[in-house]
Amino acid sequence: MKRLLTVFFISLSLFFHSHVFSQNLNDTILHLKEVEVVAKKYTEVIPAQKLEGKELQRLNSFSVSDAIRYFAGVQIKDYGGVGGLKTVNIRSMGTNHMGVFYNGIQLGNAQNGQIDLGKFSLDNIEEISLYNGQKSEIFQSAKEFGSAGSIYLTTRRPRFKDGKSANLKAGVRFGSFDLLNPSVLFDYKINDNLVATFNCEWISSSGKYKFRYQRVTPYGEIAYDTTAVRNNGEIDAVRMEGSLNGYIHAGSWKIYVYNYESERGIPGAIVNNVWRRGERLWDKNSFIQCSLTKEFDFGYSYKLNMKYANDFTHYVNNDNKLISVDNIYKQKEVYGSFANKYSIVKNWDLSFAYDVQWNGLSEFADVTRLSQWGSLATAFTIADKFKTQASILACVINEESRERESSPIRKKLTPAIFMSYQPLNRYDLVMRAFYKRSFRMPTFNDLYYTDMGNAYLNPEIADQYNFGILYDKHRENCFLSNFHIGVDAYYNLVKDKIVAYPKGQQFRWTMLNLGKVDIRGIDATMMMTFDFNHNLSLTGKMQYTYQEAIDITYEADNYYKHQIPYIPWHSGSAIGMLSWKSWGLNYSFIYVGERYNQQENIRYNHTQPWYTHDVSVSKNLKFKRSEIRFSAEINNLLGQDYDVILNYPMPKRNYRFVISITL
Amino acid sequence: MSVNIKYPKESTQKIYPGMAIFFVLMCLIGCREIELVVPTEYEILPGEIFDDNAPLRMYLLNEGNMGSNKSTIDFVDFRSMLYVRNIYSEMNPNVIMELGDVGNDIAIYGNKLYAVINCSHKVEVMDAKTCERLGQIDIPNCRYIKFSKGYAYVSSYVGPVAIDPDAQLGAVFKIDTTSLTVVDRATVGYQPDELEIIGEYIYVANSGGYRVPDYDYTISVVEMYAMKQIQQIPVGLNLHRIKKDNYGRLWVSSRGNYKDVASNLFVLERKSANSREMVVTDTLNIACSDMVISGDSLYFYSVEFNSTTEKNHVSYGIIDIRTKELITDNFIKDGTDKNIVIPYGLQIDPHNGDIYVTDAKNYVSSGQLHCYNRNGIKKWSVRTGDIPAHMCFLW
Repeated sequence: MKRLLTVFFISLSLFFHSHVFSQNLNDTILHLKEVEVVAKKYTEVIPAQKLEGKELQRLNSFSVSDAIRYFAGVQIKDYGGVGGLKTVNIRSMGTNHMGVFYNGIQLGNAQNGQIDLGKFSLDNIEEISLYNGQKSEIFQSAKEFGSAGSIYLTTRRPRFKDGKSANLKAGVRFGSFDLLNPSVLFDYKINDNLVATFNCEWISSSGKYKFRYQRVTPYGEIAYDTTAVRNNGEIDAVRMEGSLNGYIHAGSWKIYVYNYESERGIPGAIVNNVWRRGERLWDKNSFIQCSLTKEFDFGYSYKLNMKYANDFTHYVNNDNKLISVDNIYKQKEVYGSFANKYSIVKNWDLSFAYDVQWNGLSEFADVTRLSQWGSLATAFTIADKFKTQASILACVINEESRERESSPIRKKLTPAIFMSYQPLNRYDLVMRAFYKRSFRMPTFNDLYYTDMGNAYLNPEIADQYNFGILYDKHRENCFLSNFHIGVDAYYNLVKDKIVAYPKGQQFRWTMLNLGKVDIRGIDATMMMTFDFNHNLSLTGKMQYTYQEAIDITYEADNYYKHQIPYIPWHSGSAIGMLSWKSWGLNYSFIYVGERYNQQENIRYNHTQPWYTHDVSVSKNLKFKRSEIRFSAEINNLLGQDYDVILNYPMPKRNYRFVISITL
Repeated sequence: MSVNIKYPKESTQKIYPGMAIFFVLMCLIGCREIELVVPTEYEILPGEIFDDNAPLRMYLLNEGNMGSNKSTIDFVDFRSMLYVRNIYSEMNPNVIMELGDVGNDIAIYGNKLYAVINCSHKVEVMDAKTCERLGQIDIPNCRYIKFSKGYAYVSSYVGPVAIDPDAQLGAVFKIDTTSLTVVDRATVGYQPDELEIIGEYIYVANSGGYRVPDYDYTISVVEMYAMKQIQQIPVGLNLHRIKKDNYGRLWVSSRGNYKDVASNLFVLERKSANSREMVVTDTLNIACSDMVISGDSLYFYSVEFNSTTEKNHVSYGIIDIRTKELITDNFIKDGTDKNIVIPYGLQIDPHNGDIYVTDAKNYVSSGQLHCYNRNGIKKWSVRTGDIPAHMCFLW
């Protein structure tokens, strides 16, 4: 702890030092509106799948998890409704292998390792990027080298039109499930080097929706057909975010404050004779994070990140038929990172980063964990044709438990190598490959939670091998102005894979060491934009994933070589976006193929495919300096009755309307 | 630019097949189909068909993992040597969401089959021969069932509403087996599990499992006509099973606290020949997870986790009821006990002494039912539903 504090104060002093320093240089800087990186055609070794700006706004998505469904290789677990838990899993490796980064710093949950992406509304998100392996950049914190897959959520960057020093945007979303979601956003340019932003939203919903279960006899007669209302799914949440962004000589800094408070009901599984449950959850998630980046003339840059997070969870089960539960969980996280990059020559970079993190959990178990990461990475480019990036990450984890025996110190060394090659100068045809080893620690729940009955979990190791080809074509003033196609084939081997399994109540899990999983898959993406005459344009995006994720733990198991639970063999999505002047029409389709809800692939565990069609229309109106945007969305247009997770029914057709005004 | 003009044609030709492939692929992959009633499966069992003195069937209740709604009923048909898997949903297609969530006990009384479905908070009543539903009795958090003189008695974790939610007492519900309605209930100890009836007294093993670490340690004695608890007998920590023998004694097992207090087996007898009061006369210091009394033998198994070896220690024992001596600690004689991961249910065929042991495996996949002859040699094994646990015979 002492060492940690020292690091913190050193970082803090460095930070203020630079800040003061920048003030002195202020008068010499003329243009520091925004640093926008215009992507060159071939810059990243392996570029991310991205959804950003207008496109993101136009998708019928309420939360980040809704948007992520459009990425290849991703599976979402959705327990239904506005307040229902939504977690994401990449290439069948499990939620805990996925790093979720909010403005560059990882969101943590040392207790159960699950980030509920349903909690992150799209209101303030400008870009979502998904990287298989890690971000294709070596100038990053050590922790960023640690996940098997990474999602980066980037909040809106403030932009000011000429002469403006403030932006105000107010909007409201409303619709089915008695949803009411007003939000306000305010950006203020204090001076050329200092910008403040503030964003606040309130989400309120009864979470009530009709769902239907139907069975038919083999003779074609209706066995039962019942429609009921999903109860106890209400949510009341307030999110507030604020930031202070500063620009200094050859660098920038940012302080970000986030606070989310919610009260919600947990609808629970629908089983025979049970239609309502009494679980409630209160959440308070707050964090403050600071980052500072600075570049020096001699090819050296550094990045400093700091974070303090405080999470409070209160879980109550009021059902008088069941065990009464009233638990409070408090988590704290302190994190610091110091990343350095040095360019030896123009095409050869080196980086070193050191991260330290302290996690504390109290109430149900008093546990602390000190984790340290050190990374070394290098990247070089040969003749603008061959790029490679290699990194090695060392991790040391030390745990202390006040009530039980502490886990021994764990040490791990994990390497990664990324390569890409553009054989022809004339064509944007790129071949790419990577290998990465990563691991994840069992969470506090896995290790210390008595109720889950599995304190003997091993850390989980994932090896990933990937090979892919992609082709891009961009042309101005052509009918087909944009064309992209990419295919990746991959092989992952997960050892001691831990799978979270709902255990009656949604908030609690049974953890299973599924053992060894062999994952082979193909991700294919395709995108094209057609420009017709008369301001009419059409963008189409498609994504398809094939996965075979089989359990190869023991030959004696009756599920040996069976597909693991909730991983479909086939999944995909298609998006069509038609724009005409200020009008927009969007259509999106999501398909998740058949899968099994338990380890054994037998008919009793079979889960049907589901697919939804979503449509939306939007219109922008401009009045002098202000802009009004309307949009109407219909989700699950054909009203399919489906479950993503067994016994957690999803809503039928539902509607949402958005009105927003930007001043 | 003249070069460029050629491209669109080429590219569009590339795209349209791409789109076509995409949609064809989606169609091939498969659409959602109508959800059919979960079908029954039949499997032929080895061995000869039993004669008329044998039971007709042995029903097996699979618990199913909590929240999965996968409690099912299977049975062994001794007249045709068939294993019939998941009979309920096919026989009762109109029941919404099938049998229910977490089955906890199964028994036959008269012509009716009763299945206690814990997390569906009901006792399902079926015709014992056809498995057709006759009705259900809603009992919150119901656990075990026993019968006497036209009434069924069901233990439940939920008694009267308590001010302190952690101190809610359990209850025994009295059900009229003709009208299938609750006619009375008695408040007992904390989280009562198995119950047994001797004469006009109901003995209920209280666990207190929701009150960790303050487990209950008593047996509640309920007088069945007045439905009043008349006594609580202290026995051992976290009681679970209770069985009567032919000598008017009660055999009671405790789970312990899974730490320093181990699972144990107790014998209760009358204080004196004239007294009706039962007291603990023997503590056998034998761990017991489940037991069945057949004649003068008590068959049991126990699973205990050893934290040093990080392995389960399993034993399959027989106790001579007369001497209270352990005869063997492994009644499976052919070494096939090694193939059982987690024994979870036990039953003895009274007519030929065949031993039935179920294996719950990892609780989230199909289990197995093993049949051994009276000498402990395996006759056959068959795949069951999830968490096979409770068995009863139909004669």
